[in-house]
Amino acid sequence: MRGLLVVAALAAAPALAQERVVVAGSALCEVVAALGQVDRVVGRDTTCLYPEVFAALPDVGYLRALSPEGLLSLDPDLILADVDAGPPATLDLVSASAVPVVRIAADFTEAGVIARIEGVAEALGVDPAPLVGSVTEGFASLAEARSNAASPRVLFVLSAAGGRVMAAGQGTAAQGILTLAGAQNAIDGFEGYRPLTDEAIAAAAPDAILMMDRSGDHALDDAAILAHPALGLTPAAQNGRIVRMDGGFLLGFGPRTPEAARALMQALEG
Amino acid sequence: MVALTPPALSGDRAPRAQKVTLALLALLLAVGVVSLAVGAAGVSPWAVLQDWLAGEAIGLRERVILLDIRLPRLATGALVGASLAVAGAVMQGLFRNPLADPGIVGVSAGASLGAAMVIVLGGLLPAAVLASVGSHLLPLGAFLGGWSVTMLLYRISTRAGRTSVATMLLAGIALTALAMAVMGLLIFIANDAQLRDLTFWNMGSLAGSSWTRLAAAAPVMVAGLMAAPFLARALNALALGEATALHLGIRVERAKRLAILAVAALTGAAVAVSGGIGFVGIVVPHLLRLAMGPDHRFLLPAAGLLGAALLIGADMVARTIAAPAELPIGIVTALAGGPFFLWILLRKRGLVDL
Repeated sequence: MRGLLVVAALAAAPALAQERVVVAGSALCEVVAALGQVDRVVGRDTTCLYPEVFAALPDVGYLRALSPEGLLSLDPDLILADVDAGPPATLDLVSASAVPVVRIAADFTEAGVIARIEGVAEALGVDPAPLVGSVTEGFASLAEARSNAASPRVLFVLSAAGGRVMAAGQGTAAQGILTLAGAQNAIDGFEGYRPLTDEAIAAAAPDAILMMDRSGDHALDDAAILAHPALGLTPAAQNGRIVRMDGGFLLGFGPRTPEAARALMQALEG
Repeated sequence: MVALTPPALSGDRAPRAQKVTLALLALLLAVGVVSLAVGAAGVSPWAVLQDWLAGEAIGLRERVILLDIRLPRLATGALVGASLAVAGAVMQGLFRNPLADPGIVGVSAGASLGAAMVIVLGGLLPAAVLASVGSHLLPLGAFLGGWSVTMLLYRISTRAGRTSVATMLLAGIALTALAMAVMGLLIFIANDAQLRDLTFWNMGSLAGSSWTRLAAAAPVMVAGLMAAPFLARALNALALGEATALHLGIRVERAKRLAILAVAALTGAAVAVSGGIGFVGIVVPHLLRLAMGPDHRFLLPAAGLLGAALLIGADMVARTIAAPAELPIGIVTALAGGPFFLWILLRKRGLVDL
């Protein structure tokens, strides 16, 4: 099956340099797909879930726990890795066997998305201009819509397992997408994701609560939020302004980000 | 009274122990050879060897996979497995307690704390230091953490030149709790990425094995393994109690000190290169006591052999079962070892008392 795939790729694009690419990092996978280069991918890491074509490809394990022989077993000629990919020893060994490893770092901003697209396109030797053009256009029309946004204060809840609320602070993808959607992070004063005390939640008094759409013990339905001692008293819960969106779409910071920010903006207005 | 003694416990068990040791040696060799031949990438050492003998050039990829990935991993697995098993056997002998394992002297907790400090706070070190130590900072931190907690524990439990084993056991529990609390604090201030690194480190893996990392840790582990057989006679005597051992002419305090040093070196270095791999230190010595009796002269070398074979085998499973991804090895050792150990316990209930 894998053999067939590669033959097809070779036939379709005989002039390209690398034909066996392993991609590690969900945003990078999205960019590769948006550039129309999925046929050249022979492996992906566990976090690559979108688009669904990646599910059929061999899984090299979790982004931060890659195995050197696992990577080399796919006989790759390029490894496209997010800056978080590791451990470093694995990537060093892969480099030592003359397989180029391209690391791509980008932050959670508009410029970060463009930089990520350009980095991937350069590594794959394709022209980034069409994709960059359409994404830039998306950001431009987003900026226009943003100028009219009411700038609500939003609390991003990563999980609420056992009633403990983990919220997004500064420097997170959640903060990035809120900024793009013209909203404010209701939480100020720490980096990353942290458990919040009930008092801090009450003091933050968010206009809306944003969560990822998922099941299991992280899930929190509206009734549970209303019943929560602190969340239930916020304006967000009282007015029923609770927004749930797919995590990969919302926080991916790939080519779909303008679309995600727009969808978030509309959901927060509605 | 002969009728009351089970046949397995009577008579001189030395010939039996020698047979078991020889069998373990053969097992280790077999597992080692198979481990070199098996992997996610279908590279066969025999084909490569044939090519080489035929005077053909070996491809860079084959060479890296065999010599830079599988071979250092095999060597690291063997040394780590032997170290953990021998450290466990020494601990159980020293504390005269079948539950003792290297975790009890605080080495594991200290090493985890050291690793957590590097993962969470490593970025605060001056750039020059980071550049010179590179990716060895994590193993170094783990080793220093394990070593310093053990030395602290030793100082606490030694008064007027006499080390109290009971104090050590209790203080070890207190220090472990303290180390875990500090680790909780680090977890609190850690970011998302650091948290995931910590989780994976705690599950253990040999995936980061390389010759340079092994070269740093191997001398410490080898020194510990070489020292262990010298403890055998003292540990045998200590099984009768400290006073009796003293009367038998054993220099008890010196033996205790040597045992603690050896355990700290073995566990500290093993945990540093492989992360938290549990279970080997407790299962291997018990299995061997069942097979060959509690005589440390035979038990210690055999524990080294079985520990090495077990970890190489577990690592083989870890890196092939989910290929091209890789399972953390700590999961394999516990998942496979746990039920097996329980089965042995249930079958031979009476034999596990030290």
